[in-house]
Amino acid sequence: MIDVILDLKVVIHFVRDIRDPEHPYSLEQLSVLSEESITVDEKLGRILITFTPTIQHCSMATVIGLCLREKLKNCFPPHFKVDIKVAPGSHADEESVNKQLNDKERVAAAMENPNLRQLVDECLYSSEL
Amino acid sequence: MDFELREIQRLDGHTDRVWCVAWKPDTGINGVPAVLASCSGDKTVRIWEHNSIGSFQCQAVLEEIHTRTVRSCAWSPSGKYLATASFDATTAIWENVGVDFECVSTLEGHDNEVKSVSWNASLGTLLATSGRDKSVWIWEVLPGNEFDCVSVLQGHTQDVKMVQWNPSMDTLFSCSYDNTIKVWVEDDDSDDWHCIQTLCESNNGHTSTVWSLAFDASGDKMVSCSDDLTVKIWTDVGRVQGSHNNAPWKHVCTLSGYHDRTIFSVHWSREGIIASGAADDAICLFVENNDNEVDGPSFKLLLKKEKAHEIDVNSVQWNSGDKRLLASASDDGTVKIWELVRLSE
Repeated sequence: MIDVILDLKVVIHFVRDIRDPEHPYSLEQLSVLSEESITVDEKLGRILITFTPTIQHCSMATVIGLCLREKLKNCFPPHFKVDIKVAPGSHADEESVNKQLNDKERVAAAMENPNLRQLVDECLYSSEL
Repeated sequence: MDFELREIQRLDGHTDRVWCVAWKPDTGINGVPAVLASCSGDKTVRIWEHNSIGSFQCQAVLEEIHTRTVRSCAWSPSGKYLATASFDATTAIWENVGVDFECVSTLEGHDNEVKSVSWNASLGTLLATSGRDKSVWIWEVLPGNEFDCVSVLQGHTQDVKMVQWNPSMDTLFSCSYDNTIKVWVEDDDSDDWHCIQTLCESNNGHTSTVWSLAFDASGDKMVSCSDDLTVKIWTDVGRVQGSHNNAPWKHVCTLSGYHDRTIFSVHWSREGIIASGAADDAICLFVENNDNEVDGPSFKLLLKKEKAHEIDVNSVQWNSGDKRLLASASDDGTVKIWELVRLSE
């Protein structure tokens, strides 16, 4: 396996261009994400992303989380542990969104759902912003 | 006394994460070769057999029935049937004849992902399934590979991660994303089932998703594990005190500080060793601590195997045979067979 250097710059490089599920802009352009959203523990191989949905009742928050998780899964070796959360106070159902995003069984089931899969793929791979 | 968890063999073959492993009953004992089933995100089930030269080999691949992840698998007490629960909303029943496995029934009813399946221990006359739709289904096993749904239990407020029958009586236990464990018994005067107890935060229960539970050989004690990073031990005081009790299960102790990410699986060996597997890639073993009888039962760490797998350990299960064999399944796509060995002094 190629050694991937885990640092903030690498992580932000991979996730900044993910497109928002509802708007023709990237997550970074919409300020859903920035360098400040990402914490990296190089030694333990852990990545924490805390994103800020555009509105309190954003119904797409879990989809954005799935996109981040899927992108990191594709870009980093599997032994890096990833945690994804919404920023404190940024979502009406903060606790419930965070719990869903970090339950890998629910994530696995969601990614087997063709509609969700397509939505995530469109956010990850459509570069025509 | 020092023990070591020694890796005997790594079983490759699955092409996606392995969710669950299950030893076939009464194998690995009295000269009967050990047989293990594993199921995976690759939609297949693999059957592994301990062959005459001492290594495990894939004997069968059960495929083309489930169209999505196979989340869990369980053998009937006789070992004649294997039940598999899938995200495709069905539970398949496979009949084992010699080395062949034939799908003889498919149970439909859950709205979506089925996450767990368990046969009752006494005769394998009842089957329980649970799923994303928050329900627990109880099926009666009828002649001719017929399965009749006798009850649909609503009570959990979120998806039900696991169902497990008590080994010594037909009491069903379920654990959930709603952080609780529920205890279900059959009504005295009808075929229906009801919840007699809910183990939740207010009675020393878990504070996040409960992923798995298991019983000791007698069925008097239960162990559970959670996303709250703890393992909890429970005891059936109703039965121990010999009286009917509305809240028979009581918290005994909480083991914390041993895993630092979600604990997905626990299993109790026949001789009393608890194994746990977690998202920190480690396996821990715990034993009852007899040094301190005054404060009641407590448990201590026997050993921790760091980096048991490359990544998350999803399932651990002890073989009940001659050797202290433990099987584990991981997101790294492998199954590992371990032997617990006592190191010479």
